Amino acid sequence: MAQKTMIQAITEALDQEMEKDEKVMIFGEDVGKNGGVFRATAGLSDKYGDDRVSDTPLSESAIGGMAIGLSLQGFRPVPEIQFFGFVFEVMDSISGQMSRTRYRMGSTRNMPITIRSPFGGGVHTPELHSDNLEGLIAQSPGIKVVIPSNPYDAKGLLTSAIRDNDPVVFLEHMKLYRSFREEVPEEQYTVPLGKAAVTREGKDVSIITYGAMVREAIKAADQLEKDGISAEIIDLRTVSPLDIETIIASVEKTGRAVVVQEAQRQAGVGATVISEISQRAVLSLEAPVAFVAAPDTVFPFGLAENDWLPNANDIIEKVKNTVNF
Amino acid sequence: MKKLKSSGLSKEEIIQAYQAILRGRRLDERLWQLTRIGKTSFNISGQGAEVAQVAMALAFEPEKDYFLPYYRDMTACLVWGMTPKDIILGSFGKEDDPSSHGRQMPNHYGSKEHNIVSHSSTVSTQMPLATGVAYAAQLENKDYVALTTTGEGSANQGEVQEAMNFAGVKKLPVIFVVENNDYAISVGSKEQYANKKMSERAAGYGFSGETVDGSDFTETYLAFVKAVKDARAGKGPALIEMMVSRLTSHSADDDHTIYRSKEELDTLKEKDPLLAFEKQLIDEGYMTKEEMQAMDKELKAEINKATDDAEAMLDPTPESLYEQVYAE
Ligand SMILES: Cc1ncc(C[n+]2csc(CCOP(=O)(O)OP(=O)(O)O)c2C)c(N)n1
Ligand SMILES: [Mg+2]
Repeated sequence: MAQKTMIQAITEALDQEMEKDEKVMIFGEDVGKNGGVFRATAGLSDKYGDDRVSDTPLSESAIGGMAIGLSLQGFRPVPEIQFFGFVFEVMDSISGQMSRTRYRMGSTRNMPITIRSPFGGGVHTPELHSDNLEGLIAQSPGIKVVIPSNPYDAKGLLTSAIRDNDPVVFLEHMKLYRSFREEVPEEQYTVPLGKAAVTREGKDVSIITYGAMVREAIKAADQLEKDGISAEIIDLRTVSPLDIETIIASVEKTGRAVVVQEAQRQAGVGATVISEISQRAVLSLEAPVAFVAAPDTVFPFGLAENDWLPNANDIIEKVKNTVNF
Repeated sequence: MKKLKSSGLSKEEIIQAYQAILRGRRLDERLWQLTRIGKTSFNISGQGAEVAQVAMALAFEPEKDYFLPYYRDMTACLVWGMTPKDIILGSFGKEDDPSSHGRQMPNHYGSKEHNIVSHSSTVSTQMPLATGVAYAAQLENKDYVALTTTGEGSANQGEVQEAMNFAGVKKLPVIFVVENNDYAISVGSKEQYANKKMSERAAGYGFSGETVDGSDFTETYLAFVKAVKDARAGKGPALIEMMVSRLTSHSADDDHTIYRSKEELDTLKEKDPLLAFEKQLIDEGYMTKEEMQAMDKELKAEINKATDDAEAMLDPTPESLYEQVYAE
């Protein structure tokens, strides 16, 4: 097995699934010759040709609508939205159409679309380029929202997403693209959608999170362990639909929950997790659920990014409050 | 190329135009340098479009006309009234950055004082806004005109068609510009649209469209003079496509050697409109090489000072990131 970055794992997943299934096709802005602005599709247009890996005009709403049309005719489109902050241009296709096509057509049609898109803070790309907008899509039933936190999961989840017969928004945190490597098998494998991972077992508190915040949670848990606190980490991996069973089982075991997200506080994935815990596990709780999230302001300028983004210290503080409640 | 004299501008005005072009080039070179040495995080650049941008901007009255630019329009923004220091403050993300107090990406130029509206990073979203600004002029019987720009790739966003259609229906005083440099990051214009000329689209919206050679100062300037005159007179919008070059990579995060051939890269410098304009100035007797060099020296000193002044200004405080979200 080789050590790979998350971007390498993503390219490999795309390559192998294209090899295996000739209905899989990639299109988007700069994904062809340029290989994507983050190089996720590097080499694929040479290998599979312009019909299967193509540059589109700069038109997100057509990219989304065309993906639906191609799906109706049996293709498996994997379009790329260059940065997820530009999703507003394609919201009708995503939330108004592909998520409801099955419902509207009596389940006679599949929508095997995987929209890949980079997002996330910590790399000095201000505002829209960094925004965490998963909560917007999570409000649309019928579409799955997947956010890997590491190279191994990225490959397995992306393979599952492409094979899935429902639309998936697959969000790739830019900070994770190249920040670390881990063992990723050469051969194809899948990681199931809709299933959270217990990244680390613990007994005192459950840290429930996803995406780049999993890395912060791991740092926090390492530190907390030195202070005698055993933290369990739940990596949601799919943020819609949520794996509520895994969350509840963990909270019932530890009796404490700290929910962590990079997105702003209001009306996001974390708020839903807290809502589910309060409805299903309130009698197991030793302390109120704590929430670590970004402030309800626009994603800030580069210099202030580190102040704004949630981090391991914020998690440690909330965990300690919860444990000492 | 059309003679500079036939622009109707005086010798002094032509020399000022050249100064604006050269200032834009030198300032942009500085912005690249600041990014390369890690003092700023990003730059995206209008090198190769300066002649076109100055010819465009000079046809307007910045004291009253509105400008809704895109990220390559730094040189046009300078003509509109922004200073090199204003621009550099934005690149540093300083508290005194007039666009946004350091909140925006660099190159998202804005200034309330100068009627320049800072744009969203989502390309071409400024276009319907310009239609709205022009609608206000019509509703209130004011005689200002709105200018808005984008690239030939970005012109394929749905919003651009909606903005132009609306402006055509209402006959609004707005001028839509496409700065066509043949590339949208790595994607060539052939992959973007099927028309021979993008300006042909205007016919579909019921107003006039024209394609100009953006390295031809006079041709570009006169096209805008006419469009502005018509818009101000209530004759409705125009679409002007300026053919320009992109001499650099798309941005500081891009490497154009991946998708541009070696031959193309080697000949890029020869296609520099700045050099063609300088030759024209000499051939037509406006300036000598020595006068140009003297001007260049002054501009470099001006930009050095602007850089030092901007760098010495304060950064926004972390506490201030909670501001500017709602009215106080
Ligand atoms: C809606 C949207 N999609 C994608 C991007 C990313 N992006 C920024 S600039 C650009 C290319 C623009 O090309 P063009 O319109 O030709 O303008 P140029 O940069 O060549 O002047 C792209 C794809 C974006 N900013 N907004
Ligand atoms: Mg272009």
